[in-house]
Amino acid sequence: MREVLDLTGIVLIVCGLPFFLSGSLGLLRFPDIFTRLHALTKADNVGLGLIVLGLICQAGSLFEALRLLMVWLLVLIASSASCHLIARSALEKNIKPWMRS
Amino acid sequence: MNSLSLTLFDCVVLVTLLGLAWQLLATPDLFKAMVLFMSFGLVMALAWVRLAAPDVALAEAALGAGLTGPLFLSALHRLRGTRKGERRQQLDSIEHRGKIEKVTQRTSGRIIYLLLRILFAGLLLTLLVHLATILLHVEYENPGLGVFVAEQQEESGVISPVTAVLLNFRGYDTLLEIMVLFVAVVAVWSLATVRFSEKSGQVSPIQQGVVRILAPLMILVAVSLIWQGTHLAGGAFQGGAVLAAAGVLMMVSELPWLRLIPSLPVRLMLVFGPLVFLGLGVSCLADGRFLEYPGELAGFLILLIELACGLSIGLTLACLFVGGRPVDDLVDRGQLEEGS
Repeated sequence: MREVLDLTGIVLIVCGLPFFLSGSLGLLRFPDIFTRLHALTKADNVGLGLIVLGLICQAGSLFEALRLLMVWLLVLIASSASCHLIARSALEKNIKPWMRS
Repeated sequence: MNSLSLTLFDCVVLVTLLGLAWQLLATPDLFKAMVLFMSFGLVMALAWVRLAAPDVALAEAALGAGLTGPLFLSALHRLRGTRKGERRQQLDSIEHRGKIEKVTQRTSGRIIYLLLRILFAGLLLTLLVHLATILLHVEYENPGLGVFVAEQQEESGVISPVTAVLLNFRGYDTLLEIMVLFVAVVAVWSLATVRFSEKSGQVSPIQQGVVRILAPLMILVAVSLIWQGTHLAGGAFQGGAVLAAAGVLMMVSELPWLRLIPSLPVRLMLVFGPLVFLGLGVSCLADGRFLEYPGELAGFLILLIELACGLSIGLTLACLFVGGRPVDDLVDRGQLEEGS
């Protein structure tokens, strides 16, 4: 049982890493602020979710697992809110979204 | 394998810290420097965790990365539109840099520039050599004061050695720190006034909604951090910083009830922590020395001081963010005419 849980945890964490990689890549390579925000918040949230799930598999107690889940939920709330705020202030500054030319 | 990957991790942290510090000092853009400073604080917190100092890590994450950022941001906001701020922007502008380059193209200018560089490089090198020699001569067998603290731990009334030192063995240090924070607010209030009750009305409703969810949670975390201080990592400063962060969030979200707080409770809360600390310290004089808590009561007294100081520190830091005495406060106390 322990081994199965450990293995599931490792698989989940490894699955989460590409999301972080693509999120960071998008942040660095995408053309404008809106596309970058999209890459960063979407990809990282899924990546973090998978990593948190993987860590929960290795958590010692229910309380610990719940705390990890809480971390993910709070990051979800905070990152979607800050994404909205950055995009809003960008629109207020009349930054035009990038169009394929 | 495990120790190898940890060493690798440490190296990455170290290189990131140095890189961030270099960029932070080298960038002419103040906003960028501020963001870099916050990132530096977060990575520094990670480094403290690796050094097995969770208390410092928490303080660094909450104060260094969390609260100093908004403080810098509000300072930067104020700098724009002032004469000094414009001068600074002018200095940063491309034209000015061009002028500097022109000066350095002249031979005399170039020589002075070169000499200055050599001077600074020399100074830094001497510092580095000194630090390296000190590091090489440190006796690692020397356990420091840890042993003495562990010996006296029982008498301190708390389980966390850090709290035992901060609030019992060297309580006067912490008392003075709290006083310094209080004096800082007094200084800020006497230097500037702020129209606190002015609303921009441009806050996103989503931001207000999120803050309404997050703020209670943050206050919960803050109180638990303060309470945790007696047996785990945490304490008044860490909890106070989280409390202040919650306050800052509520202020920038312009939650309506914040404007209705009268000034007297704020003033009382600001002095509450220092007063409780000082009062308990003085009352120890009855059968002992200053700040020498009686054995059986020590744990309870420390928790009391931590709670009082945590609340006051939170409010103090939030007041520092406001950056001046609220105008309403002056009106309330009859020192300023309404509407002027």
